[in-house]
Amino acid sequence: MDKTISGKTIQVNEEGYLTNFSEWDKDIALAISQEEHIEELGPKHWKIIEYLQDQFKQEIPLSIRKIGKSGVVDIEEFYALFPQGPLKKATKIAGIPKPASCI
Amino acid sequence: MKKILILGAGTAGTMMANHLNHEVDKKEWEINIIDHRQEHYYQPGYLFLPFDIYEPEDIVKPIKDFIPKGVNLINEKALKILPLEKMVQMVNGDQLHYDILIIATGCNIAPEEIPGMKGSEWHQSVFDFYTFEGSLALRNAMRDFKGGKLVVHITEMPIKCPVAPLEFAFLADSYFKHKKMRDKVEITYVTPLSGAFTKPKATEALSHLLDEKNILQINDFGIKKIDNEQKKMIDYEGREVAFDLLVTVPTNKGDALMENSGMGDDLNFIPTNKATLQSLHYPEVFVLGDASNIPASKAGSVAHFEAEILTENILHYIKNEPLKESFDGHANCFIETGNGKALLIDFNYTHEPVEGSFPFPGIGPLRLLKESRMNHMGKLAFRWIYWHMLLKGTHIPFVSTAMQEEGKHF
Repeated sequence: MDKTISGKTIQVNEEGYLTNFSEWDKDIALAISQEEHIEELGPKHWKIIEYLQDQFKQEIPLSIRKIGKSGVVDIEEFYALFPQGPLKKATKIAGIPKPASCI
Repeated sequence: MKKILILGAGTAGTMMANHLNHEVDKKEWEINIIDHRQEHYYQPGYLFLPFDIYEPEDIVKPIKDFIPKGVNLINEKALKILPLEKMVQMVNGDQLHYDILIIATGCNIAPEEIPGMKGSEWHQSVFDFYTFEGSLALRNAMRDFKGGKLVVHITEMPIKCPVAPLEFAFLADSYFKHKKMRDKVEITYVTPLSGAFTKPKATEALSHLLDEKNILQINDFGIKKIDNEQKKMIDYEGREVAFDLLVTVPTNKGDALMENSGMGDDLNFIPTNKATLQSLHYPEVFVLGDASNIPASKAGSVAHFEAEILTENILHYIKNEPLKESFDGHANCFIETGNGKALLIDFNYTHEPVEGSFPFPGIGPLRLLKESRMNHMGKLAFRWIYWHMLLKGTHIPFVSTAMQEEGKHF
């Protein structure tokens, strides 16, 4: 479905995740983070977003455990930066799909 | 003589031994299967043992009874795989060469991953039900439970049989009702996921059942540690969940053999092609069942469907033909919902579980994603099917390897 955010029209799924990563930019990230009640994106937030996007491009499945071991951020800080479900929030802001927890 | 080596004689390895025994030319190929254990456990039975529905003897049989005569069972422990040398190093010093290696070493719980989980309360008030010992200890604790807070918990994904903790919560509701003490037990379901299940339609149906059975839900709970003295779990955001009896599914990891061999990911699962089941790094290595990192359920039904496809692919590999990319992630699981009823779900990589009929489109007799007695009978009958058909690699009538889309309400 279409969504207009920070003056641009982008494609998202029913949960609000971008379906076309090429439509992502930093303004969109800022607007989504507002919707997710994260007031500000600091340097550490951006570093994590970059890391997540990089993993996504390499088709490496994401998990909180892996991010904790990545050297980018530890799990405690990850929760502090993206409270209440850090992985699902951070991936939404990063414009990549919600990680499919294996079932 | 060329050699096929199967590591692990659990559900997946045993099925594979039986398939290959029928299919490969024994004049050219020798098949060996390695497992250091003596006993084969019917793992779905671990769910029923704590509720006194099954007895221990219902779920244990000797491994050797299920390995066909044409296959050698090597009752020794493997220490390390040397994939470049195509060799398996054994603990007793033997080195076994292979031309084809099939890894079916499964996964195990790793409670030591969470600080305090394997602490002073382990198997006192903190239990797993993913091992025979854990399940049996939990049965005794359930028998003695006088009431209070029962918490059913998942540590992190992926886990073997992802619906089992939900089933545990449903069966606990029914168990305490029968004991006429449900009003004394508060049941809470705590999960790192954002809902009862990972797929939307099943989550909706299962959440509804949790509500109906008065089971509380706590979602997005990323456990950090267990405080044994105060009997509570604490998550990364400081949330606390107190318990009198904690039934947890600890982190699941692949076999330590993968760590020794440098062949696993950070949870010891082996990077595997999700359509062909070939290792991503070594062409003569194939991975079956819970040991792989493919994004399918870690469940016996998945291993069963995989084994049919892997058998074909091993034959292609032997003949130097291209492998078939045909595994679709098909899983088929009964979900016990208590009071003699069950749900059935059928899904794959691309299609989430939905309502419909199974196995005959429009007819059934089983109903998908709806509670029924017939589904429960199916689950109980499955134990017989497991011992007598599934392990022997007999095709289950009417159940296709690839998921069928007909009869489902997408």
